[in-house]
Amino acid sequence: MARIIINRLVQGLLTLFVLVTITFFLVRMMPGSPYTDEKALPAHILEQLKAYVGLDKPLPVQYLTYLKNLVFEQDLGVLLKKDGVTVSEIISQSFPVSALLGVLSIGIALMVGIPAGIIAAVKKNGPLDYACLAAAMTGICLPSFVIGPLLAVFAGLGLKSLNVAGWNTAADWIMPALTLGMVNAAYLARLTRGGMLDVLNQDYIRTAKAKGVPGWRIVTRHALRGGLIPAVAYVGPAFAGMISGSFVIETIFQVPGMGQHFVNATTDREYFLIQGLVLFYGFLIVGANLLSDLAQIALNPRLRAAA
Amino acid sequence: MTRRALFLLPALLCLAGCQRETQVEKANREGILIFGNSNEPKGLDPQVVTGVLESNILRALFEGLVSDHPSDDAAIVPGGAQTLEPDATATVWTARLRPNAKWSDGTPVTARDYAFSYERILTPEFGAKYAEMLYFLKGADRFNKGETKDFSTVGVEVIDDLTLRLTLRGPTPYFPQVLKHYTWNPVPRHVVLKHGTMTQKGNPWSKLGKIVSNGPYQLKSWRRNDHLEVERNPHYWGAADVTLNGVRFLPITNSYTEARMFRDGQLHTTYTAPPEIVDLMLKENPKVLRQEPYVGTLFIRCNTTRKPLDDARVRRALSLSFNQQEICDKILRGYKPAYGMTPPMAGYDTPHAVTFNPEEARRLMTEAGFPADAKGKRPDFPRLKYLLASRETAATTAQAIQAMWRKELGIEVEIENKEWTAYLAAMQELDYDLAGSGWIGDFLDPLTFLEMWSDGNGNNLTGWSNPKFEELLKQSHQEADPAKRYAILREAETIMTAEAPVLLTAWYARNYLLDPSVEGWYPLLLDNHPFDSIRLRTK
Repeated sequence: MARIIINRLVQGLLTLFVLVTITFFLVRMMPGSPYTDEKALPAHILEQLKAYVGLDKPLPVQYLTYLKNLVFEQDLGVLLKKDGVTVSEIISQSFPVSALLGVLSIGIALMVGIPAGIIAAVKKNGPLDYACLAAAMTGICLPSFVIGPLLAVFAGLGLKSLNVAGWNTAADWIMPALTLGMVNAAYLARLTRGGMLDVLNQDYIRTAKAKGVPGWRIVTRHALRGGLIPAVAYVGPAFAGMISGSFVIETIFQVPGMGQHFVNATTDREYFLIQGLVLFYGFLIVGANLLSDLAQIALNPRLRAAA
Repeated sequence: MTRRALFLLPALLCLAGCQRETQVEKANREGILIFGNSNEPKGLDPQVVTGVLESNILRALFEGLVSDHPSDDAAIVPGGAQTLEPDATATVWTARLRPNAKWSDGTPVTARDYAFSYERILTPEFGAKYAEMLYFLKGADRFNKGETKDFSTVGVEVIDDLTLRLTLRGPTPYFPQVLKHYTWNPVPRHVVLKHGTMTQKGNPWSKLGKIVSNGPYQLKSWRRNDHLEVERNPHYWGAADVTLNGVRFLPITNSYTEARMFRDGQLHTTYTAPPEIVDLMLKENPKVLRQEPYVGTLFIRCNTTRKPLDDARVRRALSLSFNQQEICDKILRGYKPAYGMTPPMAGYDTPHAVTFNPEEARRLMTEAGFPADAKGKRPDFPRLKYLLASRETAATTAQAIQAMWRKELGIEVEIENKEWTAYLAAMQELDYDLAGSGWIGDFLDPLTFLEMWSDGNGNNLTGWSNPKFEELLKQSHQEADPAKRYAILREAETIMTAEAPVLLTAWYARNYLLDPSVEGWYPLLLDNHPFDSIRLRTK
């Protein structure tokens, strides 16, 4: 077990290093620069601005400086269009919001998606199965930028107690969490159904049935563990994605999360912010994947034996 | 039913029946204006930021020598200066500051603060993007370009704590209009120096908890991408006359979200209203919809360094062959056809340069060497690219113009949509044929629409220049008589628009929503509403 963890951690570090390197050079290949503004800057002012953050130095020097600051001082750099704001400041302000929204959404996704998937599998080809499948398919096909505004118009404008957007009270969490949660619930429902159907066709389930184990007990005691494996594999990376924010959800519901920074940093050519966010997201993905691997080992005796 | 349950019943009924107070109703009670401000401000340092949305916040926090009037952009309201006296030629201006003007920490505002601020924004090491706004000062350009290190060569002189003398590059009778721009606001010398050096980039003085301001309001709270709120500045000299207790700025980037929030009672005013919302509000609630002129011009830049756009006849032909009126009526809503570069303002009579005239356009095209064939097509005319930054109405406008050119001139242009920074980069590298653009005036004078077309100006980006135009602009800098000066500027504008380095498309309007509870809010050409005189009506 410890070997697996160490192995994964080393792989993760290597992944992050490659990620940082590729991002560093890719962002600098985009047309324009952080100093591209509506008005072309006079050359002497441009030089001053670049020199201030070291962007006047040759690229390899910039890269090494960035790595050095990152590793030895945990310094992610500064924003180039917002004077005096650091990348860590942006992440530390926006991540808690996204994390809260992500946890709520994954909660909704798990509570809706997994039971729906189980019911669909147990009542295979029955009306309940078709209803679950149809709902899941709708959830997958309708993007959040359709569901979000619809929810805002019908629930937000319709109910006095809900605001259409904003992030001030706990009631404001409901609509964004529902929108983000439902899309993922749909995926989870389909994955759970598939996983459960696989397991329910196995010999040991038939044996359990033959022994006279009650139906609900077969599902909870014998089938569920194996049936959840595909869903668990999905939840890890999906969770990392959800807690790092969503541009669409955040702009529809005016949520001060991290997702919009990914998009805005790119259009603004905020070199250090893009690098910082990509690194942070990479870190979350590596972590979530590790946890999801460990959960799968715990669920799957065959993997446990290999470990 | 037990007694306890009976006791709860009225409370439950009330909960179900009572309508919750909206945020606007609550804010009306508290005297706070909730203002849709389109995006997160890039900062609060008046000498660093450059945008309209930042200027909205700065207007609440800071006060320059003169202030804005609530209902008349052209009026000059005394601000930090009690009096502002020009000499006979309007070249030397003496400002007498208010003895009771104070920063929000109680420190008096002095002439030294102003001089410090002007030195700061002009120092080349500071790299201020909008330093050019101060080039009205004698010697400012030389100092800003590093040709001299001696700030005493710049026309800023502190006579005593309360007297500031500004010497300009030439007669500038409209100087008070220029002074309204936030680049001329003072910053607190004592606070800037407490948190760093004068020209230090990223000096944290303007952050929450540190910033000190001299306007009617001071910063109260700021949560990134959520809100920024200002509250009364108790040390403001005019505090007794300030009617509004505070302003909450919301950085809502999505204009549809903004409109929904407005309809849900979460906002007093929106930053904008997209065409679909204009239609909806006309049906649903026309009294909240505002459509007002705004000093801005929409145009298409031509790259005059490329064939065939280097030929003024071709540019003229393109300019005369699309119907501005139709575009304004059907797409831009409330915008007006632009017959000149400068939108109507400040008594300036914009020369009439463009009318829809496809006949003349076809003639010019033929004359320029692109005759039409039997089907009306012009086979010799190259397929031009029309660059855009992906914005919805801009794209629709471009498609309309593309179709009109096909119909009237028989030419094909290709629309090329780029992301914002890539679009700017292409324009600045003159790597485009045609580019959809616009400009919002910085102050109420035609100069803000004309100077940008001078050679080497950072906003020109067309490769166009004309020695006579340059000469006239220079002449206007030396003319003290306002009527004569306008005549010179008219002549300059006539030259520029006749050569059509840009194809004029429309004059801006501002479509937005305003809650009926807001009083003392009037249409303004520059849209610089002073917040301190606004009142909120409670029911």
